[in-house]
Amino acid sequence: MFKIFKAFVKKELYHIIRDKRTLIILFGIPIVQVLLFGYAVSTEFKDASIDVLDYAKDETSIQLIQHIQSSGHFTLNKVLTSEADIESGFKEGNVALVMVIPKDFSSDFYGNNPLTIQLIADGSDPNKANTLVQYTTRLIQSFQKNKLQQIENPFLITVEDRMLYNPQLISAYNFIPGTIAFILLIISAMLTSLAITREKELGTMEILLVSPLPPLLIILGKVTPYALLSFIDAILVLIIGHFVFKVPLLGSLILLLLCCLLYVILALSLGIFISTKAKTQQQAMLASMMGLMLPTMILSGFIFPFSSMPQVLQVIGSIVVPATYFIEILKAVMLRGVGFQSVVIEIAILLGMTIVLLALALKNFKIRLE
Amino acid sequence: MDAITVEHITKKYGGVLALNDVSFTVGKGELFGLIGPDGAGKSTLFRILTTLLLADKGKGTVAGHPIVNEYKEIRKKVGYMPGRFSLYQDLSIEENLSFFATIFGTTVEDNYDLIKDIYVQIEPFKKRLAGKLSGGMKQKLALCCALIHKPEVLFLDEPTTGVDAVSRVEFWDMLKKLKTKGIAILVSTPYMDEATLCDRIALIQNGEILKINSPQQMISNFEKPLFSINSTETYRLLNYLRVQNFTESVLPFGENLHLITNKPYEVSQIEHHLKISGFSDSTAKTIQPTVEDIFLDVSQPVN
Repeated sequence: MFKIFKAFVKKELYHIIRDKRTLIILFGIPIVQVLLFGYAVSTEFKDASIDVLDYAKDETSIQLIQHIQSSGHFTLNKVLTSEADIESGFKEGNVALVMVIPKDFSSDFYGNNPLTIQLIADGSDPNKANTLVQYTTRLIQSFQKNKLQQIENPFLITVEDRMLYNPQLISAYNFIPGTIAFILLIISAMLTSLAITREKELGTMEILLVSPLPPLLIILGKVTPYALLSFIDAILVLIIGHFVFKVPLLGSLILLLLCCLLYVILALSLGIFISTKAKTQQQAMLASMMGLMLPTMILSGFIFPFSSMPQVLQVIGSIVVPATYFIEILKAVMLRGVGFQSVVIEIAILLGMTIVLLALALKNFKIRLE
Repeated sequence: MDAITVEHITKKYGGVLALNDVSFTVGKGELFGLIGPDGAGKSTLFRILTTLLLADKGKGTVAGHPIVNEYKEIRKKVGYMPGRFSLYQDLSIEENLSFFATIFGTTVEDNYDLIKDIYVQIEPFKKRLAGKLSGGMKQKLALCCALIHKPEVLFLDEPTTGVDAVSRVEFWDMLKKLKTKGIAILVSTPYMDEATLCDRIALIQNGEILKINSPQQMISNFEKPLFSINSTETYRLLNYLRVQNFTESVLPFGENLHLITNKPYEVSQIEHHLKISGFSDSTAKTIQPTVEDIFLDVSQPVN
């Protein structure tokens, strides 16, 4: 029996090695995707260009503008002279934010008079606008603190915040676990479902069926190479995440890898299940794209936070999307460095899903053609 | 014990009757041919017998096992070559063969004597990928793969379709040799000229078996007067003969016309009749029927 299994795995490896498309999906996509997410999808910003409409034009206002520039996040585009010029910068697209400094800035500032600085941002990109406004507000607050050091203001509430586990709010900490969950699911599920439906399309499944091979052996033989290669993928992404994007790995590496393995097996079961339903490679491809890619991207909390989803989607996302649990495990083990006890529920759920899917796949595997 | 028995098998696809009450048996070491045009139901019958499809009605056995209940036993004992080339195109000849040997729990070396005659012909190309082989070589490889585990019954679904004339002759020579080793072979073909190479044949059309017998018997049992007529004006002659009251059927066969008359005539009578009807250069002769003549005679007229 083991000999047959070995021959099957060998044959499958030949298929993979000789098919450029499979190789690209297997190794090209994960690397490109991690690098893309890492460098392109970033909520941090650098060198946002701003305009300033300075009505005061006094010493303090110039100091404030310098203070904001010195942070390294902003560069001054233009100093405006009238309110009418504000919009033109936005319209041309070379300004992200306009700061308006009121008249008599110096005297009001040191005279403890109420004073308002207006920040105008481009709301067509809400995320960016929000971040810019928050950043600028902080800079203005720190400017105020520096300048009024001696003069204690008893009425001022100071908020001091600290971001645990990701103090610098580096987005890689979020996307590396998310990307691992995403890539493993898509690659494992899509490739296995494609590999099995390909045999159906080419008619080789017909010959395999008219042979003494038990269905379980056919499935295992086809899936094992993909399990191995997907696991290598997982390690590859972890290495890139750790060394290129400096995502920490505080918890146990063994626990992390075991969880990856479990998740890979789950994804493969999903792929087998899809292939028992799909007749052609096209159907299998569509099913894994629509049925897996979108929910994993959107409903797992990877890109959009759970709390901002409507309740129905929250429920769907937290119950049926395996990536949700896996991302939870990854973040817990990598960033918070917790042990097995803290993620045992998530592991149990993933294990349960795997068993159900495998059972379904085996039950649906057809011993005949129809 | 018969290698294959088929009793009253019926299969419907949607509303279309693919097989209608089909029955026959194939003995051990017999080369049995299913002769019929595309869409006659040959492949469906193969799939039912190789346990890939379930019949709606009827029963059958292969190598002594009922086709539904003991499908696992059957799958160990049969070799199957589907109508479409179904090996791994991205594996070489060698790799395909050793893969199929392994999944049947044997090795190429163990059963080499069985495939030797066929394999030596493709061995020079053993490193070549199966997808890059010519049609004839593909079929030889497929036959090797179907034979590698010494099956008791061999199912070959149109093995010579798309294969050149020389390779077809070679292929049938191989089947004759295999037969002598006690392997029962069920083979289908749309080529009528291959029918005479079988021990017995079943003529099949629209899911129904029209006739079963040995081709020689079929030919000698054919009692209708059959003439082959050659003329320079074949088409005009065909139209003329169609409407004559002595004609039972007339069909073009290559350059000649095959005419079946409804009562016996002498060749000279036919030739004389044609001459006075304006076909002065036609010649006629009585001929032995081919399987095609018999098939066309028993098949329903195409409407």
